[in-house]
Amino acid sequence: MTHDADLLIAGGGLNGPALALALAQSGFSVAVVDARPAPARAETGFDGRAYALALASQRLLTALGLWQGVAPHSQPILKIVTADGTTANGPAPFFLAFDHAEIEEGPMGYMLEDRFLYAAFLAAMQAHPNIRLISGATVDAQQITATGVSITLSTGTHLTGRLLVGCDGRQSGCAARAGIRRTGWGYGQTALVTAIEHDHPHHGTAWQYFLPSGPLAILPLPGNRSSIVWSETDANAAAIQALPDADYLAALRPRFGDFLGTIALAGRRFTYPLSLSLAHSFVAPRLALVGDAAHGVHPIAGQGLNLGLRDVAALAETLTLAARRGEDIGSPLVLDRYQQWRRFDSTALALGMDTVNRLFSNDNPILRTGRDLGMGLVNAIPALRRTFIRQAAGLTGDLPKLLQGKPI
Amino acid sequence: METTTTIDPAEVAKFEAMAAEWWNPHGKFKPLHEMNPCRLDYITQQIAAEFGRDLSQPRPFAGLRLLDIGCGGGLLSEPMARLGADVVGADAAPRNIPVARLHAEQSGLTIDYRNTTAEALAAAGERFDVVLNMEVVEHVADPLAYLTACHDLLKPGGLMVCSTLNRNPKSFAMAIVGAEWIMRWLPKGTHDWAKFITPEELYDLIRKAGLDPVDRKGMVFNPISWSWSLSARDLSVNYVTASLRRI
Repeated sequence: MTHDADLLIAGGGLNGPALALALAQSGFSVAVVDARPAPARAETGFDGRAYALALASQRLLTALGLWQGVAPHSQPILKIVTADGTTANGPAPFFLAFDHAEIEEGPMGYMLEDRFLYAAFLAAMQAHPNIRLISGATVDAQQITATGVSITLSTGTHLTGRLLVGCDGRQSGCAARAGIRRTGWGYGQTALVTAIEHDHPHHGTAWQYFLPSGPLAILPLPGNRSSIVWSETDANAAAIQALPDADYLAALRPRFGDFLGTIALAGRRFTYPLSLSLAHSFVAPRLALVGDAAHGVHPIAGQGLNLGLRDVAALAETLTLAARRGEDIGSPLVLDRYQQWRRFDSTALALGMDTVNRLFSNDNPILRTGRDLGMGLVNAIPALRRTFIRQAAGLTGDLPKLLQGKPI
Repeated sequence: METTTTIDPAEVAKFEAMAAEWWNPHGKFKPLHEMNPCRLDYITQQIAAEFGRDLSQPRPFAGLRLLDIGCGGGLLSEPMARLGADVVGADAAPRNIPVARLHAEQSGLTIDYRNTTAEALAAAGERFDVVLNMEVVEHVADPLAYLTACHDLLKPGGLMVCSTLNRNPKSFAMAIVGAEWIMRWLPKGTHDWAKFITPEELYDLIRKAGLDPVDRKGMVFNPISWSWSLSARDLSVNYVTASLRRI
């Protein structure tokens, strides 16, 4: 029986296109359904959104043939400094510093703006004969058939494939329609996201301060610019977001001191409510979930996209190997292999970040002393530091080939 | 009928009882489903190497005529058909055939399933590029007569892939005590340990049947990762071989 495409991907964000390209390279035909009306996201200027790509994610982009094009726009992360802090006094004397010189693999990761990453995905999808991009439509219904799955789009179009992949975010409609339940909770925190320009160079250093109201990350962008991800209680965040630019900057400035010199806004201001949302299953008959649809994590340390790309690499490899064996790529046996590969890793990371956030987002003097001693201890032991660096670079665990920069 | 003498009727009856369960991945055949990727890896790699096919291309086995002996519900026949081979699935248990046919139809695959035996097909003059002979030889009454029929079924240059179970204390512990008595992966009495064959005995039988054994690998279960993998060294329980008909 012939299908419109081997794979139907719901969601055209970043995981969807990455998966489409990985699968197309393996010879599958893919249809990507993107809710956005037209591929306009690539054409806008810098809007303030950027990603901290772990080294493993950068290797995946290399294996997909995209890295060369975006590399000139990227900023290597050469050092990560983690420090405890108070809103009034800036960073505490206890801190953790991870330097890329301590591991042989190179920089721990790269900062890349959303517009460049998305533009590269879009161009590659449009150029690939195996990929059909359907913009301005959502998946409204899905139905299992004898040999695959049939979906109905908001435009009324029907498509059939062997497998549907939900890359449709933490409120995944694909998961909900398949009856997959979720566990999750809000943090009572909202992330304020923007970009700043500053007088002094950042030297490729990423800073993460644990403030009582939530973590603040200052991530280096090319030039004298940095991306800010700043978590506050929901009420504080709403109040700060409502401030005029000058007052917004005045609220931000004392939180990390003056080491970057004078700062100014260099992008739009976004807010994202923070929550954890784990799907009870990453697969269902003829359905696999990828990225936030499977595990919406606290965006601490920028692991959301990196986790999603780990799913992409594992799913692409699982399906490619299955197809080369002649297996039905939508069979429960094949999908179970993907789930087995990814579930422990992503759940452990999601809950780990949850714990870190709970441990650090408060002013309890006992916890504060404990975590400061802990950070001081890790900082003093090189082997422990290297373990953390490799973890941050995404180089630990059972790595799919694409994350090693190799073709499947 | 004289051509079916190597079939042991008691063995056939045992599998008939299980036929409807073939395609339930969590049912009685779960262990076979779990082992299947490892078996398929070996089979596909051997065929690709022998016939110069590229597995990254669509339908790499197009043009190859393949026989799956003891096809059961079609766990190997379907993947081979999906890879483009022209597949005949043979099973001595009549109830397996409608189960396999129904599933192939649902999967949109064309497979010629027949309720017959290797000996009958050989006698009818059927010839194949590839004969899959997986977990069968330990169930037949006369292994040499059976392997000779497999030889006759191959075209010159043809490939036979044959897997079975080794006979030693470890395989008794794993395949009989472990798989049948403790884990209940297989019904008690599925295997008769005395019929298990050592790799040396199998190579000897294959040579006597007129084939040239060219490769053997162990199939090893890892209880930590809960998966099977091929091993060049450990043939102590499950193992698989490749043999060629030279002329």
